Amino acid sequence: MSRRPATLTLALHALLVGGGVLTLLPYVWMVSSSFKPSAEIYSAAVQLIPTRPIVDNYVVALTREPVGRAILNSLVMAGGETVLVVVTSVFTAYPFARLRFRGRDAVFLLVLGTMMIPTQVTMIPTFILMRWLGWIDTYQGLIVPRMMTPLGIFLIRQFLLTLPRELEEAARIDGCGRLRALVSVLVPHMGPAVATLAIFTFTASWNEFFWPLIVVQSSEMRTIQLLIAALKQTEAVEWGVVMAVVTLSVFPTVAVYLALQRYFQKGVVMSGLKG
Amino acid sequence: MAGSRRDVTAPWARVEAHPALAPGRRARWSEETRFGWLALSPALLFFAVFVGFPVAYAFYLSFHEWNMMSPAPEWVGLENYATLLRDETFLRSLVQTTIFTAGITGCIVVFSLATALLLDQKLRQIRLYRTIYYLPAVTSVVAIGVVWLWIFDPQYGLINQALREVGIVGPRWLADPQLALLCLVVTAAWRNVGYFATIFLAGLQGIDLMYYEAARIDGADAWGCFRRITLPLLRPTVLFVVVMSVILSFQVFALVYVMTAGGPGGATSVVVFYLYQQAFTYFRMGYASAVGYVLFGIVFVLTLVQFRLFGKQQLEF
Repeated sequence: MSRRPATLTLALHALLVGGGVLTLLPYVWMVSSSFKPSAEIYSAAVQLIPTRPIVDNYVVALTREPVGRAILNSLVMAGGETVLVVVTSVFTAYPFARLRFRGRDAVFLLVLGTMMIPTQVTMIPTFILMRWLGWIDTYQGLIVPRMMTPLGIFLIRQFLLTLPRELEEAARIDGCGRLRALVSVLVPHMGPAVATLAIFTFTASWNEFFWPLIVVQSSEMRTIQLLIAALKQTEAVEWGVVMAVVTLSVFPTVAVYLALQRYFQKGVVMSGLKG
Repeated sequence: MAGSRRDVTAPWARVEAHPALAPGRRARWSEETRFGWLALSPALLFFAVFVGFPVAYAFYLSFHEWNMMSPAPEWVGLENYATLLRDETFLRSLVQTTIFTAGITGCIVVFSLATALLLDQKLRQIRLYRTIYYLPAVTSVVAIGVVWLWIFDPQYGLINQALREVGIVGPRWLADPQLALLCLVVTAAWRNVGYFATIFLAGLQGIDLMYYEAARIDGADAWGCFRRITLPLLRPTVLFVVVMSVILSFQVFALVYVMTAGGPGGATSVVVFYLYQQAFTYFRMGYASAVGYVLFGIVFVLTLVQFRLFGKQQLEF
């Protein structure tokens, strides 16, 4: 690469910083509002950093509002969904990637094809089904309809195709069954793919709003996203408290993202473009 | 991924020609075939129950009227679809969804591509910028919607506070029917630009540097390189981003639910929000299913467009 003139480098940095500020400003505003006393929240002038930070909003959020329970509900939903999606994806991807049999490719295309169907179409009958099963307002109602995803099956299959066949063939010759070959030989090699899928599923589930909105009816079963939406709908919105709850809800996904960033970018490339 | 391609197109003749499978009644049901179908059976059951059945039942419901109280859906033929075409609230939400989709897709193509070009530069701290720009994509739409609702607050929001500092009385933003949809576009753009920039960046990094070197030897300037090399070679990525954005924006819901609930005066009602109201506020399950199918039709056509535009090479998996 030829050397860039210093002025151009400076301009590029300026643009990147500008974009960065624009991206971070809402987060700063969110966190700062959550630490402000109401006098500073309801002020006419801009005050980006609270002059006298207080934790009262968090105390109110955690004692008066059922934030703890809502976070627990979100954890159960996102955790359950993640475990189930990973397990079902591994078992379903295996025959697609490793076995040859009549009808395999037709079924694979059918599974991928379901990605095209908008959730809004399947939502009403699924809701009716949940009601019939008595699963409205339950964890299984939240989790089971989303325990398998075409994207998960696709991601794991793509990854399996990159693993050499010799890996499990050696075990198979030694008389190992297919299931055991998958679990004890292939699975230990699938770390990166499983991590990517798990992180993606967990984040998506934690952030999910539409399906919980339909299945959940009692305030005890509200996920954190539903609680935020409900708090915002009260007559007089207490912005300090709402921002405290929002900050608490954003924290886990941002922390996971910062810690495991490389898996996120891999996931975007894997799901966004062809495997 | 050459190996995967061979797998997909594996001729069945090869399986049947395998000596172990040759004669006998059970030839077609080898151990491999049986195991394959057995392993797929949970998935088949799942997709039958949670995709197949709902798709069929929603289609059935769209020709019926049912409020979930009466014992059974009542056949009304095409009436739901006919009503839809005359339903001004629905048509208005369809128009507004289209405006939202066009606005957000335009923003995404321009800003995401510009961001990706910046993030593709060899600079110090470029990883830090990439990290920051992707942050909104891991933040929930509900959280973002509420934070921006607060930023747009006419009295105490950040924007109007800042405008007041320079002596301007800011508009009422989300409470203003003329501006509300625009505010939603801004918020959605803020959330999605970084995500799509990451996809553009992957596309940019897939372009062979050889092309640029050759162009530079021929004396091309930066703009020439961008127009003659980057844009044409990025075409598949651009199309992918456009269609993804269109499909996702057409299904916008959480942002509207949290920020405006369709208001003021229906100015931000969108198709999925309308569907939600029909189904879960008024319990018109048949009518809502018809709305769902119209949405399905639109998304389906848009997806077909995607497949057409991408051509064969992108279908390879």
